[in-house]
Amino acid sequence: MKAQSRHNLLSQTLRYGLLIFLVVLFLVPFYLIVRNALLTDRQITSLRWVWLPAPPQWDNFRKLFADPAAPMLTGLWNSAVIATITLVLQMLFSSMAGYALARIPARGRNAVFFLILSTLMIPGAVTFVPSYAVMAYLGGVNTRWGIIAPGVFSAFSIFLFRQFYLRFPTEIEEAGRLDGLSYFGVYRHLLLPNSTSILMALGVLTFIGSWNSFLWPLVIGQDPSAWTVQVVLSTFLTAQTINLSQLFAAAVVSVAPLVVVFLLMQRYIVEGAKFASGKE
Amino acid sequence: MKLTRSVSKPRLSPSRRGDRSATLAFWVFVAPSLIGLTVFTIVPIVWGFLLSLSHAQNTIRVGQFVGLANYGDLLTDEAFLRSLKTILVFAVFIVPLTYAVSLGLALLVNRAGWGTPFFRTVFFIPSAVSYVVAALVWKVSLFNGLSFGVANQMIAGFGAGPIAWIGTASPPWYWLVLVTARLWLQVGFFMIIFLAGLQEIPRSIYEAAEVDGARPGWPMLRHIILPQLRSTTISVLLLNLIAAFQAFDEFYNILGATGANASLARPPLVYLYSLALSDQDFGRGTAGAFILTAVIFAVTLIQGRIIGFGEAD
Repeated sequence: MKAQSRHNLLSQTLRYGLLIFLVVLFLVPFYLIVRNALLTDRQITSLRWVWLPAPPQWDNFRKLFADPAAPMLTGLWNSAVIATITLVLQMLFSSMAGYALARIPARGRNAVFFLILSTLMIPGAVTFVPSYAVMAYLGGVNTRWGIIAPGVFSAFSIFLFRQFYLRFPTEIEEAGRLDGLSYFGVYRHLLLPNSTSILMALGVLTFIGSWNSFLWPLVIGQDPSAWTVQVVLSTFLTAQTINLSQLFAAAVVSVAPLVVVFLLMQRYIVEGAKFASGKE
Repeated sequence: MKLTRSVSKPRLSPSRRGDRSATLAFWVFVAPSLIGLTVFTIVPIVWGFLLSLSHAQNTIRVGQFVGLANYGDLLTDEAFLRSLKTILVFAVFIVPLTYAVSLGLALLVNRAGWGTPFFRTVFFIPSAVSYVVAALVWKVSLFNGLSFGVANQMIAGFGAGPIAWIGTASPPWYWLVLVTARLWLQVGFFMIIFLAGLQEIPRSIYEAAEVDGARPGWPMLRHIILPQLRSTTISVLLLNLIAAFQAFDEFYNILGATGANASLARPPLVYLYSLALSDQDFGRGTAGAFILTAVIFAVTLIQGRIIGFGEAD
């Protein structure tokens, strides 16, 4: 018995040691982003390692926003607008379609469901060339709506909402119908208020995905006025047009809002991950 | 609740069938999604397929049909074939590594007691970071090829000289850079999925196994936990594999789209990006998209077969 508890203590210590080592490893990139953003360029490229910026160069942020060649504010604004509209419209349209597919009896419902499911089979990023062709025809290149539009319609989201509403108790809905509510009334007054868990879970994931997406905004937003924050960063990175400390200051500015959202909404994000993988 | 379990037939009360208001409501509710998916998914696929059969240089209009010439060109195009090989190599690295690391993290975090929420948050938080930002840190700071790069300063402590990382073909250090960036970004997400799977395993199964004399540790993992995580594992591998084949962001931002570094490892999406957006060759660009889709289907099926065979024994 004694040997067993000593063995347990040892394995416990090893496990926590490993966990703490991994925590440090996972936090290193965050540390580097913040450290570099607050150093001078000379300190970044120095061979003498600087652990903490002393004094911190807050001026790097002022210079970043004052730089006329760096459309950082435009990028942040574009990303915020695009991610917010994508979030709202995707949740609205997907929940509507999910509800109809789960609960409104109509001829052709199975056909519609099958059609939506079949688009789920297509790997999204692969179709960017054909999608670009269509978007160019529709005149969406270099516009915010051109970046937003395809992201609003998600077969996967519709599918998850349908699954959610299939499990929704029919009694509530039938009571609403008996009280004279139309299908729209049932959706608006009974279903939506009771869908906050899935709306929050998928909504946060949609927002993060939209804010962080890169390939489609890169393809559509070719003019600097349509750049999202990711495209701005990528341009800095590949063209090396600004100095290193400003580059990291830009990274801080683009990541900080999302880290805040992430920490505040973590509960919902975990739920969203479970929804998305079929664990909920 | 598993998706597969809940794909049951929706309830349909016969009295409402054929109800005109129901039909109207149904179409109003699905109309936005149906129109959106048609315009932005189905039309591009059809249009893209027609473009892939056309000579479409500097134009997005379907016209001059050339049959399967674009497909033939690409399948004999060494750069495109190399890009397929590149993505295959990448998938071979990233898929098993992500599986092992995210499962390992989930097992560790699951038994961390009061520390579980803290550790879960730390490992999950990179999911909030974009590939562009990760590429920036990896390329400019962590794996900078100059002596001041963080990795180079660390190995200098052991007396080793600086490594060029992404600027050298042999040995392929650039794989280390690309694979670790994606690992850092995505293992937290898959860890969450595994944690959910672990929490679904009833306690009684562990207890029964202990009564039967199964020792904790590897035998428990091999004979109890892994079989119980079967469906979770399949969805993790599948999501991961499909995502790996569509890798673009980190390759584009770390190695670039053109130039010497890019030629080390250019995945299909970066190649198609150059073909369509720089060379304006939409015929070949779309043909490449369909070839890649076919490859993803094939690989997914093969992976499904392999997992399926595993189940038989």
